Amino acid sequence: MPNIFHIVVCASIVPDPLQTLEPISGPTGPALKNELMLPMVLDPWAACALYEAANLAAANPGSKLWLVSLAPKAKLQQVMMSVAQKVAFELVPVDGPLGGFTDAQSTAAALAEAVKSIAGLDLAKTLIFGGWESANRGAGVTLQVLGELLGTTEQFQGVDEITVNADGSFQVLERIEGGRHQVSTCAGAPAVLGWATGKLPEPRNNPQIGMANMRSIMPALQKAKAVKLEDGPKYLSVALPKQQRETRIVRDTPAEQIARELVDWITAE
Amino acid sequence: MSGDGQQVERQRLDVDIACVGFGPAVGGFLTTLTSGLADERAGHVESTVAPGMPPQIICYERADDVGFGVSGVVTRARGIRATFPNLDPAQIPMATPVSGEKVLYLLDPIGASRRSRTLRLADRLLRPFVRKGTYAFELPYTPPFLRKHDGLVLSIGQFNQWVATQVMGSGLAQVWPSMPVAEPLIENDAVAGIRLVDQGTDRSGNPDAGYMPGMDVHAQLTVIGDGPVGPVSRAIDEHFGRPEGHHLREWALGMKAVVELPEDCPLPEGTVLHTLGYPEPEIFGFLYVHPNRLASAGIFVPSWMGNPLRTAYRYLQHYMQHPYLWQFLKGGTLRSWGAKSLQESGRHGEPFLAGNGYARIGECSGSTNVLTGSGVDEAWTTGALLAEGVLELMRAGKPFTRENLEQVYVRRRRESWLEEESQTAADARNGFQKGFVRGLVGMAMAGMTRGLFAFRHQIPPPHRQIANIVGYYTEKQIAVARESAAASNIPLHDALMNARGWPQIEFDGQLLISHQDALLMGGKVQATPGFADHVQFADVQLCLRCGERTCISMCSGQAITQGEPGEPPAFDREKCVYCGACLWNCAQSTDGERGNVRFNAGSGGLHSAEN
Repeated sequence: MPNIFHIVVCASIVPDPLQTLEPISGPTGPALKNELMLPMVLDPWAACALYEAANLAAANPGSKLWLVSLAPKAKLQQVMMSVAQKVAFELVPVDGPLGGFTDAQSTAAALAEAVKSIAGLDLAKTLIFGGWESANRGAGVTLQVLGELLGTTEQFQGVDEITVNADGSFQVLERIEGGRHQVSTCAGAPAVLGWATGKLPEPRNNPQIGMANMRSIMPALQKAKAVKLEDGPKYLSVALPKQQRETRIVRDTPAEQIARELVDWITAE
Repeated sequence: MSGDGQQVERQRLDVDIACVGFGPAVGGFLTTLTSGLADERAGHVESTVAPGMPPQIICYERADDVGFGVSGVVTRARGIRATFPNLDPAQIPMATPVSGEKVLYLLDPIGASRRSRTLRLADRLLRPFVRKGTYAFELPYTPPFLRKHDGLVLSIGQFNQWVATQVMGSGLAQVWPSMPVAEPLIENDAVAGIRLVDQGTDRSGNPDAGYMPGMDVHAQLTVIGDGPVGPVSRAIDEHFGRPEGHHLREWALGMKAVVELPEDCPLPEGTVLHTLGYPEPEIFGFLYVHPNRLASAGIFVPSWMGNPLRTAYRYLQHYMQHPYLWQFLKGGTLRSWGAKSLQESGRHGEPFLAGNGYARIGECSGSTNVLTGSGVDEAWTTGALLAEGVLELMRAGKPFTRENLEQVYVRRRRESWLEEESQTAADARNGFQKGFVRGLVGMAMAGMTRGLFAFRHQIPPPHRQIANIVGYYTEKQIAVARESAAASNIPLHDALMNARGWPQIEFDGQLLISHQDALLMGGKVQATPGFADHVQFADVQLCLRCGERTCISMCSGQAITQGEPGEPPAFDREKCVYCGACLWNCAQSTDGERGNVRFNAGSGGLHSAEN
């Protein structure tokens, strides 16, 4: 008997990590300078979760895949131009604020409402996927709180692999210290899996998948429910880690010299 | 066919309209088209490939985002405003109305610029009229043909994002970035659609891990707006030819920096400065001030600049440090950087605008006005005009044949202001082939007489516009430079600029940074693996014989470098910004017209949306 999963991937969008990010204090608290002007991508951690989810859904016929995303509608639409070419999914957009400083509790509450509103979703078969971390915020608690709000007690964080057994149970590899994995076996859905990088490469762009996805994405975006998140913690200040860039292009530099320079640089810090 | 010549099975998609490239031309096309389709009062239109559905309209963009274009945009925005009569610039990030405009002739404060005797004399005569320390002569007025006083300063990246959001929001067209188009599908002398690029290949295009053959998109109409160096445009030219006497022989490389101005910078937003005369007389420049203390500063390095070593990035740094500009830029921080080729043949480069199953719009259709230095609004207008014609044909149920497209699109274009201004500009720049001063005189003549008088010089193919390195530089300069390049491990073109007297750039880590840092911090350049190298050298022997190797000095991203001895230049796809300068900066030719560089469909490049 096939295992049928209802997989819900929760993924926000973040500024393209290649961009120069500068924290500022705005009228509503800390923010990133020109954040709405920056090109956005699906949060890279959650993107790994999406690719793993698509792979799992494909391997278990009858399974379904939804992508729940909380972000300003216009920006979400822009990101979907790229993401929708990767794997097949149904978008559940939530029109809300962007940024790494929104409160995790109220974000999770908004996501939980969106998940509960998915027509046809069977919570008993549901696997909630998301990023273990986020390129936007390092609190790493949104997914956990979401699981609690949905009443899902089986939770795994830092997941790199899931292997489903014939009886619907599955084995999970979670990252632990020392570059090793903890192996757990879960009796089956429902469960929450916060993904690390997973093991799958980013899928190639497939125009046919894009065309198929977009038929449901645009109507969903037009009907996206707007949410206002509650105020969270007050940040006294925000700053970037100290950075230093000194680029030189020197051909054929011996590896020993490069290593020595790196050691000198690190020890001088 | 795969890279090794094997037949492969390709996915097929059928659509009504397929567009190649998302820039201002296709933006104008899709905005006008979707808006017309949404207006049911004007007539209901149905898809011919998916009966009962609205027309299936799709656009593929090579870059990884619709906002990764480059342009130094100041535009009168006549066409854009015609599409958006209630346009509020405040809705578009980095957009603002032009508040002031000046034309500046920049003197050489260093003494390294190659100036003719006539120009040196002119410099001497102008010095008494120059404010001390600025080395810049402000023209008492802006010639009418250059004026943009009623226009807008834009960021093309932000503008394209804004347009794409609305087009996609209509639900009537899809825009897909990160999807290069390899070539047109030509069947029975008609364009039947496009083939997308193969993914999951090695550098030579052979199938590799995750191989996915590019899909064939069959379309009733293919709209080509792939810019100045688009492979689809070139393939169509190769198949169908160009109108008699029309060539792509005049080019320029535009390179710009987006700078966060220092807090005490007095320039108001909307300021527009056009410059000429420095760092070399042939290099024109600009400084435009956006809202929020951002400015775009850039240069244009033209194909008619004989110098075989066209080191644009270094010239840009010298340009920004010119005393007149440095008084505003000093203390600023680089936010973004980028480069692109500009097709400056104008009317002389106009291809067949329409044929069976296809139409061409924007820069690849010769729409750039080389007299006014304006391209974005012209490109937008060509797209809007095509959309009006396409709506007319769709509502009448007529096919996209050459005759029909000429009737509804080419006729509209010929009757528009584009045509009149294109005629005026046709020969405006020809004089530059005979020198800078003659070029300026020619521009003024054409501009003042609406094209009645202009120099009618023939324009040689690009490879013949590149001077021989021996002769352009003295033997002594070359010898000193070669020695210095070898001793300091720097490129020969840098060493030659040093030998000419250009000072070393003192990096400040903010605005004056190394070329590689500009790629990373400004352009955020990146390329996804799994695509073939899109730059290839057709005849290796020609490269080995080439003494100029202008492709290396002109490469905007330092992606082309000296190869190993006995090999052609090396290409690093991960550094390519897809400016296409190598296409026309080759001193060799395989057929008397084209250079030796083949520039194919490629993925990756700039990842900045602020250019």
